[in-house]
Amino acid sequence: MNTVAAQVTPLDAVPPAGGQRWVERFAGLGFAAPAFILLVLTNLAPLAALAFLSFTNYELGALDFSFVGFKNFGAALQDPVIRRSVTNTLLYVAIVVPGGVLLSLLVAILIHQRKRTRSLYEVIYFLPVTSTLIAMATMWQFLLHPTLGLINQALKGLGFAETAFLSEPRLVIPTLAAIGIWQLVGFNMVLFLAGLSAIPRDLYEAVDIDGASHPIDRFLKVTWPMLGPTTMFVTVTTFITAFKIFDTVTVMTRGGPGGASEVLLYAIYLEGFQYFHMSYAATLTLVFLAFTLVFSVLQTFILDRRVHY
Amino acid sequence: MAGLTLRGIRKTFGDTAVLNDIDLDIADGEFLTLVGPSGCGKSTLLRIIAGLESQDSGSVSIGGTSVDHLRPHERRIAMVFQNYALYPHMSVFDNIALPLTMTRLNLFERLPLMRHLSLRRRRIMNEIAREVRAVAEQLRIESFFHRRPGQLSGGQRQRVALGRAMVRHPQAFLMDEPLSNLDAKLRVHMRGELTELHARLGATMIYVTHDQIEAMTMSDRLAVMDHGDILQLGTPADVYERPATTAVAQFIGSPAINLFQARVGPGGQVELLGRTLPIEVRNAPTPELTVGVRPEAMRIGGGPCAVTCRFRRRENLGSECILHFDLVASPEVAVLCRVDNGIPIPEGEVPLAFEPRDCHVFDNNGRRIEVESRNAAGRDLRRASEVR
Amino acid sequence: MRTSATITRPPTPVAIRMRRLVSLALVHAVLIGGAVFMLLPFVFMLTSAIKPPGEIFEATFRLWPRQFYGWQNFESALSTAPLLRFLLNGLIVCGGILVVQLLVAIPCAYALAKLKFPGRPILFSLVLLGLCIPVQAPSLPLYIAFAELGILNTYLSMMMPFFLSVFAIFLFRQFFKSYPDEIIQAARLDGVGEFEIVWRIVVPSAWPAIAAFSIFSVVAHWNDLYWPLIVVSDTKLATPPLGMMYFADSELGSNYGALAAGATIITAPLVIAFLIARRHFIAGITMTGIK
Ligand SMILES: Nc1ncnc2c1ncn2[C@@H]1O[C@H](COP(=O)(O)OP(=O)(O)OP(=O)(O)O)[C@@H](O)[C@H]1O
Ligand SMILES: [Mg+2]
Repeated sequence: MNTVAAQVTPLDAVPPAGGQRWVERFAGLGFAAPAFILLVLTNLAPLAALAFLSFTNYELGALDFSFVGFKNFGAALQDPVIRRSVTNTLLYVAIVVPGGVLLSLLVAILIHQRKRTRSLYEVIYFLPVTSTLIAMATMWQFLLHPTLGLINQALKGLGFAETAFLSEPRLVIPTLAAIGIWQLVGFNMVLFLAGLSAIPRDLYEAVDIDGASHPIDRFLKVTWPMLGPTTMFVTVTTFITAFKIFDTVTVMTRGGPGGASEVLLYAIYLEGFQYFHMSYAATLTLVFLAFTLVFSVLQTFILDRRVHY
Repeated sequence: MAGLTLRGIRKTFGDTAVLNDIDLDIADGEFLTLVGPSGCGKSTLLRIIAGLESQDSGSVSIGGTSVDHLRPHERRIAMVFQNYALYPHMSVFDNIALPLTMTRLNLFERLPLMRHLSLRRRRIMNEIAREVRAVAEQLRIESFFHRRPGQLSGGQRQRVALGRAMVRHPQAFLMDEPLSNLDAKLRVHMRGELTELHARLGATMIYVTHDQIEAMTMSDRLAVMDHGDILQLGTPADVYERPATTAVAQFIGSPAINLFQARVGPGGQVELLGRTLPIEVRNAPTPELTVGVRPEAMRIGGGPCAVTCRFRRRENLGSECILHFDLVASPEVAVLCRVDNGIPIPEGEVPLAFEPRDCHVFDNNGRRIEVESRNAAGRDLRRASEVR
Repeated sequence: MRTSATITRPPTPVAIRMRRLVSLALVHAVLIGGAVFMLLPFVFMLTSAIKPPGEIFEATFRLWPRQFYGWQNFESALSTAPLLRFLLNGLIVCGGILVVQLLVAIPCAYALAKLKFPGRPILFSLVLLGLCIPVQAPSLPLYIAFAELGILNTYLSMMMPFFLSVFAIFLFRQFFKSYPDEIIQAARLDGVGEFEIVWRIVVPSAWPAIAAFSIFSVVAHWNDLYWPLIVVSDTKLATPPLGMMYFADSELGSNYGALAAGATIITAPLVIAFLIARRHFIAGITMTGIK
C-alpha cells in the first residue's frame, strides 16, 4: 500500500526530502515579504522617483510636466541660495566634526578614570541627547538673547561687549555649531567610553613597565591607537549628523540673518514643502545625498564589522 | 519504536561531497554507533535522518515507510545535541513539556492571554505535567524543575535534554556526541545510565561519538565512517578483531595499530623486513602489503614473528605502560607496544614478537586480505573472512 | 638620559601627593566647566518655569525665584497649547512606529540570519544599501504620494515612512546570527513551526538588542521635527517638537515663563525615562552606535 501511494503522489517531482528545504523557502519568503514590500514602497521607489523628478519641471498640483534634462542641476549651481546653503553647511560641519569628536574624546577619557563621580558626569553629559532639541533650542535662544540673555549678561559682567550671537552673520553658524556640539558630545562620549572599556588593562601596564608612564605617553602609545576604529566610527557618524542640521536653523534663525544660516536641508525643505518646487527640491535632495553618500557608505561598512556578537 | 533504513544517501555542500551513497539498515531496538574522524559527515547523516537537512538523493525510511517528504517533527524522531540545545529562557519543566504542548495544544491555546480562554487547556496541561513528571522521575531531575538551563550543571543539562527527547516516545533517538561536554567521571557515569536507558526503553538509538570506549562498550553495532563513506559496519568485537581497512584499523584501538610495509613471497608467504612470517595470503592483487599489529599484541622477545626495534621512551598509564620504539630497519617508523607495568625496561635494540593470528594484512589499497595463518606448531589453518 | 636619571632624586611622597591633587583638581575643573555648559539650558528652563515674567531676565541669575510662579506658568502653558495632546501624539506615533518596526524587522532579520530562501543575498544587499540612505532623502516623493492619496495630516502619514527600519533588520540579523543553530533545530524536531520559533524561541533571547533598538527608535522619532513639520499642519496632530514650535511661534511665545514651563513638559518624558533606565539607554546607544 505504502509503496503504491508513494509512487502515485506527485512528491517525486519535488527533490527528495524536500520537506525542510521547502518549509525554509516558504517561511523565508513569507518573513521577508513585508519588509521587502515596505523597503520598496518607502525607500527604493521614492529614490527612483526622486531621480526621475530631478529631470522634470514637476510642481505639486501641476497637471502635466515635461523633461528638462539637466536644467535643474544647472539652476542649482547658479542659485546663490544653494551656494550659500552648501557653504554654510560645510562650515557648520567643519566646526562640529572636530569639535564634537575631540571634546567628547576628552570628556570620555577624563570620565573613564573617575570612579565615584563617573555616573554623575555620564548622566549630565548625556542629558542633551535625550532632550527634545526644539525645546532646548528655544532655551538657547533666550540664553543667547543679545541684551537680556544670561550669556550676554555674564559677558558684560566680565567686561566684554554685548554680542548678538544669532543676528551677527559671522557668528550665527559658529553659534549653531556650538549648540550642535552641545547636543552631540554625550552621544559620542558614550561610544568612546565603550571603546575605552574595551582596551585591555595590561596594555597600560606594559607601557608603564616600558617607561612611558606620563599620561600623554599613555594616550599616544595606547589609548589613541586602540581607539582608532571607534574614532573613525564616531567621526563618520558625527559628519552625517552634522550634515543633516535642520532643527536649530528652523527654530532659531530661519536661515537668517540675511541668509547667513541657510543650510542644505533647510533649503530643500523650503523649496519642496513651502514653495512646492518639487523637481528642483528633488535635485537638491540628490545633491544632499551625494554629499553624505561617501560617509554613509563608510558608516555602513564600519557598522557591518562593528555590530557582531 | 521502529527500525530505520537508509538507501543511497548523498549530500554535497557546494562542491564538497560530504556523504557518498550511504546504505544502512538499523534494526528495531538496536544501538548503533557512528564513529569516524572529525568532519567525516556523522552529524550531517544524523541531521538528514532527522529531516533537519535534506539529502541530495537517496531515501530515509522509518518503520518501513519513507519519511522523505515529512518535516522533522512529523518523523517522530528525537535528537540529543552535543551542547544540549535547551531553550535558554524556559524552565526545565517547560523545556521538557514543549514537544507535548506543541502537538497537543492548537495555535489558539498556545497564544499568550488567549490561551486562558480555552476550556480543555487545563486538562491537557495536567496530562502533560503528569507525563513530564514521569520522565523526570526516571532521570531524577524533578528537584530542579523550575530552574533554567543556565543554572544547571553539565550532567543535569544532559539529563534534561534526554528528558525532552524521551517525553515524546519517539520512534528513534539520535544522539550527536551527547557526552562530549562532560568531564571524564561524569562521562563514565552517564555512559552507564544511557546503556541502562537503552535496555529499559528498548529504543532504537543512533549514537555519534569520538570516544572509542563509548563506541566499544555501548553499541550493538558500530559503523566506522570516513570521508562520507561507511568503511565498516559490524559488532564492536568484529570491527576490532577484523578491521576491513587500514583506516578502520588505525581508527579503532588505542594506541593506534602499528603498520609495517611487507610483501608477498613466491609461495604466498608474507615477507616482513626480510623475514618470512608463518602466514600466507592468496589472491593478493599486488606484491606490496601492509601488515598491522596492535600494540597490545606485541611483546618483548624473539620468535618466528618479530621485528627488531630500538627503545625510545616509556609512557606510564598506571597499571600498564606504552613503550615507544623505532624500527631499526627504517627508523622513521614508530612502533608502540603496550605491556604490563612490571616488565623491565629494555635497552638498545630488542626484538618485538607477536603471534601470527594477531597479524592484520592489507593490500596496497588498504583493504583487508584473507589470511591463512599457521602457527609455529603447524596447526590448522585459520581462515579470516574478508569483510566487505 | 642615564646621567639625568641618576641625578634626579625620586620625588618625596608629599610632592607626589601634591601633584596628584593638582591634577585631580584640574580634571574636575574641566569636567565641571563642561557640565555647567551642558546643564545651562536645563537649569535655565527649570528656573524660568517657576519665575514670574519680571524675574526671568534679571541681571543676577538666581536658582530659586523670590516669588514662586510655577503654578501660574504651568497653568498658562497647559491652557494656551494642548501640550498633553502633543505628548499623547508623540506616544501614539512613537509607539505605532516601534510596534510595526519590530513586527516587520524581526521575522525578516530571522529569515536573513537563519533561513535559506531564494533572493536572500539580494535582500541583504538592499538592506545595506538602505542603511546608506538618510531618512530625509525619500521624503519628497513620499510627500507627493501622500498628498495624492489624501492622507496628509493623519497619524498614518506620520508613521508610515518609518515602518521599515533597515537598521532594525541589520541589528537583529547580526544578533540572530549568533543564536545557536542547534536550538532552532531542536525546536523544529519538537514540532515548533518557523513562526513560533521566531517569537517563542529566538525573540526571548534577543531582548537586549530589542531594548537597545527600541530606545534608539523612540528617541529618534520623539525628537524628529523634519517629517511631522512636512506632513502635519493640523495642531491637534502635532508631535512634541512640532507642538513646541507652534507654541513658541504663537503670540504667547513671548510669555517666557509659560514657554519654559511648556518646554519642561515636552522634554520631561524622555529625560525622566532616561534617568530611570540610564544603564539601558547607555547600553542601547553603545550597541546601536548610530543616530
Ligand atoms: N551547512 C554546511 N555548509 C557547508 N559545509 C558543511 C555544512 N555542514 C557541514 N559541512 C561540512 O560537511 C562536513 C561534514 O560535517 P559534519 O558536521 O557532518 O562532520 P562530523 O563528522 O559531525 O564532524 P565532528 O566529529 O567534528 O562533529 C565537514 O567538512 C563540514 O565542513
Ligand atoms: Mg558533528
